Amino acid sequence: MTKKRMWALVATLAVTLAFPAAGVSKAHGGTLNLIAWEGYTYKQWVNPFEKQSGCTVHSKFAGSSDEMVTLMRSGGGSQYDMVSASGDASLRLIYGHDVQAVDPSKIPDFKNFGKAFQSPPNNTVDGKHYGISLQWGPNTLLYNTKVVKPAPTSWSAIYSPKYKGKVTVPDNPIQIADAALYLMKHSPSLKITDPYELNSTQFKAATDLLRKQKPLIKKYWALASDEIDLFKNGDAVIGASWPYQTNTLKADKAPVKDIVPSEGATGWLDTWMVSAHTKNLDCAYKWLAYISTPKVQAEQAIYFGETPVNSKACPIMDKLSKGSCAQYHANAPLEYFKQIHFWKTPIADCGNGKKNCMDYTKWQQAWTQLKG
Amino acid sequence: MAAGLDPAQGLEEGRRGARRRLGGALWRRRWLKGFSLLAPPVLAFLVVYVAALVALFISSFWTVDPFTSETIHHWTLDNFRELWHGATYHRVALRTVEIAALVTLTDALIAFPFAYFMARVASRRTRAVLFVLVLLPLWASYLARVYAWRLILNSDGILNWSLHKAGLPSANVAYTNTAMWIVFSYIWLPFMILPVYASLERIPHSYIEASRDLGAKGFRTLRTVILPLALPGVVAGSIFTFSLTLGDYITPVLIGGTSSQFIGNVVYDAVNQSSNLPFGAAFAVVPVLVMGVYLVLARRLGAFDAL
Repeated sequence: MTKKRMWALVATLAVTLAFPAAGVSKAHGGTLNLIAWEGYTYKQWVNPFEKQSGCTVHSKFAGSSDEMVTLMRSGGGSQYDMVSASGDASLRLIYGHDVQAVDPSKIPDFKNFGKAFQSPPNNTVDGKHYGISLQWGPNTLLYNTKVVKPAPTSWSAIYSPKYKGKVTVPDNPIQIADAALYLMKHSPSLKITDPYELNSTQFKAATDLLRKQKPLIKKYWALASDEIDLFKNGDAVIGASWPYQTNTLKADKAPVKDIVPSEGATGWLDTWMVSAHTKNLDCAYKWLAYISTPKVQAEQAIYFGETPVNSKACPIMDKLSKGSCAQYHANAPLEYFKQIHFWKTPIADCGNGKKNCMDYTKWQQAWTQLKG
Repeated sequence: MAAGLDPAQGLEEGRRGARRRLGGALWRRRWLKGFSLLAPPVLAFLVVYVAALVALFISSFWTVDPFTSETIHHWTLDNFRELWHGATYHRVALRTVEIAALVTLTDALIAFPFAYFMARVASRRTRAVLFVLVLLPLWASYLARVYAWRLILNSDGILNWSLHKAGLPSANVAYTNTAMWIVFSYIWLPFMILPVYASLERIPHSYIEASRDLGAKGFRTLRTVILPLALPGVVAGSIFTFSLTLGDYITPVLIGGTSSQFIGNVVYDAVNQSSNLPFGAAFAVVPVLVMGVYLVLARRLGAFDAL
């Protein structure tokens, strides 16, 4: 979720404002109370939805995944109908029985989704779909093309002392998964199969790697704008990033490039989920169907700087902004997604019958300890 | 409201009688006047201020279900036990207190000569200008000032540019604890200057003349007359600089480096990343205790004598 961190801080300083209910109001169609990332319910596509469905949309913007979880549980869980949950929140909502399973056959565009997004493990449990995938983005390796030579091809660039003091990575416990992904390829003896399912040995190896990396780091960035500043001012020349920063820096004519290195990358995938206690299931399905259509998918992708899950959105993206389809990898082949490991909440259940994996609380504690 | 109840005030003709009776009742029963004056602020203080602290303290004895993030209302000392045994939390608390103390010392050293000049040397006009200069930064947003420092300190920033021009090697100050110390000292300086100025201004000139008449040279007068009399002001200012630094969490995020976490940052992460409000509350008790000890010491040094 690109803007999550950026807004997390802002949310502590300012009260999150509810999006004013857009113009049209038809009593007979019902209402939808949505919890969304800021920008996910923009009037450009919400207004037409209200007109065509007769459902009125009210949005509440959340500043973090945890705020989303808290909001979904407020008022006994019946206050909000839907949530645009990221992969690090969705499993918590599913196992907390806050959201209900949905039937993808009622979503006409579901068949046009990239194969990786129809039943991803962060919203599909035991074959049941707890929501419909929306948009995604990779966590890329960003570097300054003038300083970093030869061009990097591997994540090892941020673990080697070559660019000591000029490296930056996100200030987020989920970053442990990036270290695990690196070890998955470089230390096969650890037998890591999923960077989010780590037993204590694997977890220790990942956090040890991060501890060794720490002296190389200039700053753990908390806001996307921090990383942009670091690259602009020459304080960092290489680091882990989102496409959003790359695009912003390129727009400023900064000499940067981002890649998905040979080991692959982690990524985020957002899902519209439906509350287990909603009284507006009809409107909820209408919204799921509408938000999955190619035109709306393309509009949101361009507005927000992320990639639609509907592969038919590609030509519309190019029409809205030339070359944007390829820029955001919206037309990437299935092979591309095999190397992207989408965020999911680390839980004790390892997925192989064993329950000895480190859960998210442990990740968070380890991250606090890493930063010291 | 208090002024309107005072019988000495000019009153409207029609309401005169009733007001006079009320005023008389308040005059006869002094406690009633005191009570009606104090009740609203005391009530607000109890509800808004103390209640929040009590809620914080109580929730620090609860825990959170690690997976569903729901609060378990079961009394336990687990949070405090974890804080007591966790080396990381000791380091974070110690770092917070150390930097707060360092910032306070720096501000006191800068503020004293500045306030002395303002109070006892500068002309009336210069003093007004200096006052404006001291207060001017407070008109700009805290965030804007912190970001401005980032522009000064970063590797292509004004500091390194100036050093290069002077033929000196560049300083790697950006995103370190040194940077935090500089920025905190800058941001809280006005809160030290003003109380020190107030205490210096109050020293009667006759004391200094008497000291001179008795043969004390400049430094001795400063050490034995001015400093002891200004100390309560310095201590009062230090309460501001110390507590403001102690509770901050934004500057460490924006200016700090890889090992710059403050107590506030750990609390923020506990609440925002793992929804562990009880643990955050438990850690937040630490600065409250530190401030309690500090205030007791400040009282011993006479910081509140002038109140």
